[in-house]
Amino acid sequence: MGMIFSLVAVIVLVAIAFMGAKQNLLGLFGVAIPYLAVLVFIAGFIRKVIKWGQSPVPFHIPTTCGQQKSLPWIKHSSLDNPSTTLGVVGRMALEVLLFRSLFRNLKTDMSDGRAVYGSNKWLWLGSIAFHVTFVVVFIRHLRFFMEPVPTWVNAIDAADGFLQVGVPHLLITGVVLLAAATYLLLRRIFNAQVKYISLPADYFPLFLIIGIAVSGILMRYFIKVDIIKVKELTMGLATFHTTVPDGIGVIFFVHLFLISVFFAYFPFSKLMHLGGVFLSPTRNLANNSRAVRHVNPWNPKVKLHTYEEYEDEFREVMKSEGIPVEKES
Amino acid sequence: MYNGGKIIAGLIIFIALVTFPFYTNMGKTIEKPADLAAAPDELHIGDLPIGQMRAEHMMLLDKWRDEVVRGGQRYITYDGDEYEKSIQNGCLACHSKQEFCGKCHNFAGVNPYCWNCHYSEEEGLL
Amino acid sequence: MADKPKPNDLLSEINYTPPSRKWMDTPVEWKKGYYCYGAKPKNLDYIGFPNGREWNVTEQDWKLVDNWKEIFLEGMENLLKKFRSFRLFMDICVRCGACADKCHFFIGTGDPKNMPVLRAELLRSIYRRYFTIAGKLGRIAGARDLTEDVFKELWYYFYQCTECRRCSVFCPYGIDTAEITMMGRELINLLGCCTDWISGPLANCYRTGNHLGLQPHTIKSNFEYMLDDLEEHTGVRVEPTFNRKGAEILFVTPSADFFAEPGVFTCMGYLLLFHQLGLDYTWSTYASEGGNFGFFTSNEMMKRLNSKIYAEAKRLGVKWILGGECGHMWRVLHQYMDTMNGPADFLEEPVSPFTGTKFENAKSTKMVHITEFTADLIRHGKLKLDPKRNDNHTVTFHDSCNTSRGMGIFEEPRYILNSVCNHFHEMPDNTIREQTFCCGSGSGLNAGEIEELRMLGGYPRANAVKYVKEKHGVNMLSCICAIDRAVLPPLIDYWVSDVGVCGVHELLGNALIMDGEKERENDLRGEPLPGMEDKGEEE
Repeated sequence: MGMIFSLVAVIVLVAIAFMGAKQNLLGLFGVAIPYLAVLVFIAGFIRKVIKWGQSPVPFHIPTTCGQQKSLPWIKHSSLDNPSTTLGVVGRMALEVLLFRSLFRNLKTDMSDGRAVYGSNKWLWLGSIAFHVTFVVVFIRHLRFFMEPVPTWVNAIDAADGFLQVGVPHLLITGVVLLAAATYLLLRRIFNAQVKYISLPADYFPLFLIIGIAVSGILMRYFIKVDIIKVKELTMGLATFHTTVPDGIGVIFFVHLFLISVFFAYFPFSKLMHLGGVFLSPTRNLANNSRAVRHVNPWNPKVKLHTYEEYEDEFREVMKSEGIPVEKES
Repeated sequence: MYNGGKIIAGLIIFIALVTFPFYTNMGKTIEKPADLAAAPDELHIGDLPIGQMRAEHMMLLDKWRDEVVRGGQRYITYDGDEYEKSIQNGCLACHSKQEFCGKCHNFAGVNPYCWNCHYSEEEGLL
Repeated sequence: MADKPKPNDLLSEINYTPPSRKWMDTPVEWKKGYYCYGAKPKNLDYIGFPNGREWNVTEQDWKLVDNWKEIFLEGMENLLKKFRSFRLFMDICVRCGACADKCHFFIGTGDPKNMPVLRAELLRSIYRRYFTIAGKLGRIAGARDLTEDVFKELWYYFYQCTECRRCSVFCPYGIDTAEITMMGRELINLLGCCTDWISGPLANCYRTGNHLGLQPHTIKSNFEYMLDDLEEHTGVRVEPTFNRKGAEILFVTPSADFFAEPGVFTCMGYLLLFHQLGLDYTWSTYASEGGNFGFFTSNEMMKRLNSKIYAEAKRLGVKWILGGECGHMWRVLHQYMDTMNGPADFLEEPVSPFTGTKFENAKSTKMVHITEFTADLIRHGKLKLDPKRNDNHTVTFHDSCNTSRGMGIFEEPRYILNSVCNHFHEMPDNTIREQTFCCGSGSGLNAGEIEELRMLGGYPRANAVKYVKEKHGVNMLSCICAIDRAVLPPLIDYWVSDVGVCGVHELLGNALIMDGEKERENDLRGEPLPGMEDKGEEE
């Protein structure tokens, strides 16, 4: 149900952009909505992160995934159980760049009447392929927002197209991005456990990203648009001298609108894991809580049962057992 | 705000990355490559309307290359005249590599590998 | 329990494919053996918890206060403001499902709401509904109203989580279900719905200083039994002190260690070790509990119970504190104590009196783990050990959840084990160290009435023990946790049989050569040492 809803939602979005472009509402779809989306993205992102920041981290709760630093002759796991800030930076880098935790993934099954655990790296592979290609595709698009196009952007484009298949040359990341997103979607549909936990909010971003990738690929290889006019429009956005050239082609406005929706939706969704992962207290703290005192800003005043109260209750039995007491009666 | 310094620093870096296209172009005016000189529905050699040439010329060149290399059909007749399906002897006979091809290619960050082999007379032999 | 189901019957019922019916539409099936009894008002009243009353989990009417919903939501808002972990973990889960089959309760029961992600979604759906903009859209946004049935569902599943953190190892954002369960239980306790098995020890510990409610004279007489046994086995009379001012070190361990088998054998190991060393230390009857059931209740209760350790250390004027083998006790000591009840500026940085080793990793909290202390002694050759005395044991080691994923104590106990016994084999890699499986009864779930749930939750651990029993002939499961020592014997009997359970310091006590000891014929359990089997008959 959640899947159908999300699919329909993305189809409706495509239809809106299509009709908007057909109706020649190019100023709206080419300028106003993209600006608004970026604005919502930035403001929403900041608001959410600040909200997280307003809650303190009262306790020091890293999840330790390796040997602690204790005695000097015991080999300490400095990345999976860091004891210093440098180690934490390393752990976070592994987590953010290489998805360290996901790499541990296992699959549990019952086989011959006992539980067995097998290595299961598919989710890791699908995720890392998805995220890495997403970033490269994002960076490649800088060619539409910089003039002259910097050499390093051209170099990434050339590296991405090094197979030199077809004209314009095939960019590998676009295809891998689409394939990985499709894998993540199919996994949600056909893995019974994942399907059971999936919400519309899980399908929607996948359909949206698939829509963005498909419209982009269509535009590059199949339904051609005048790329010079596209860049005139995008440079207009980047320089705040907006312009909407005639005759770009509807597919471009579909692509741009889906991206705008993506940006505007981002801060209100699970996509905020982009910012959240850096704030996760089970990952971003060093395991040094016995060496360095962690301070809880709201450390509560609580009612205690003091030793004096205890001794008052048990003084007689303590004395009879020869246990020292503070007061004789 | 707790750990405010680190969080704000992180936010600033993130926003700086995201808004990079805006401030890097601050105050610039962009000179766009020349507009089309001909009427968009006028046909180009190969029977493609001029208006579509910008988007689709690479497909035409690709098609011609296959016809020449694989089919040995080196010439195309257009409007009674015969033209060679060739970059050096065909396209560059009328168009300037730098002024015509290069302007748009550079503008859009397109680096076709045509020029790995072909050269123009402006540049001379390498 | 005569009607206890057979292991194979339970196993054959496990199915990891969730039903087609959506989880929000699936009401809780209250299975006997899966839920604890409710807290009695006298215990809640004693510790000043609100809304205590006579109530029964199985009845339709839980007798919640009229404004329960308001209290719950206000409490939730309060916790969201106090705990970044809570707010963040409510926001950033992408439901990738990596955690789904990592939970021992899911592996054992196949109940989809025991997938960590779904356990969290039970609460996340409330969070969305009342604390996010999109949640106002209701179900399509994954949100639902807080109703009495929803509250009961939360209760049912937050007492089917042992806060073991195995899921958090696999989560790409480190989302920790233990943290979410702790928040859930804080809310449950606002409404007086604690379990009987947790609230009883809470009240006991608050009053007598330990969960079992042992009063000073009972503690003393329990020790007398152990000391008599030790004298019989070793010929050495050990004389520990209690509440002694001026001792160098205060020793704190879970009260279960001086209450019941097999914990007492571990305690006998400590007693022998400290006596042989001539350690200047004392026990305390006031701070006679290392464990902390407040950890399973609310952060305030945890602080109230934990405060006794520093208070007693200060009163007795010790230099530093040594802590015995326990799991959640050590998570509290390692990650919470200094924050809650510190700074411990009245203590000194811990230094081993025998090796001069400075325990730099404990320089602020000033509390050292017994395996750190003992491993250091062995490394410096301060102990005479005869590992052959443990030759009748083929040993494996169960990493406790809290010392593994909340501290990272892996090598210290293994170093000791390899010094005190000759036959040691690890369980499979995916079931030890940071990936260790819970005993199934942690976080206050060791209640008799949920035995079936605990057997199922402990199944993955037992399964791994069975594997090494069959492969290497393992017959002794060692651990460094008092709850483990209490619950693993029945668990192993149920699934595996013929594998004993012991603390690491029990095996150390067997192997430790004492000055002035008689020829040792028995181990600490009074059973013949290897090669001494005939001695008893001859005499």
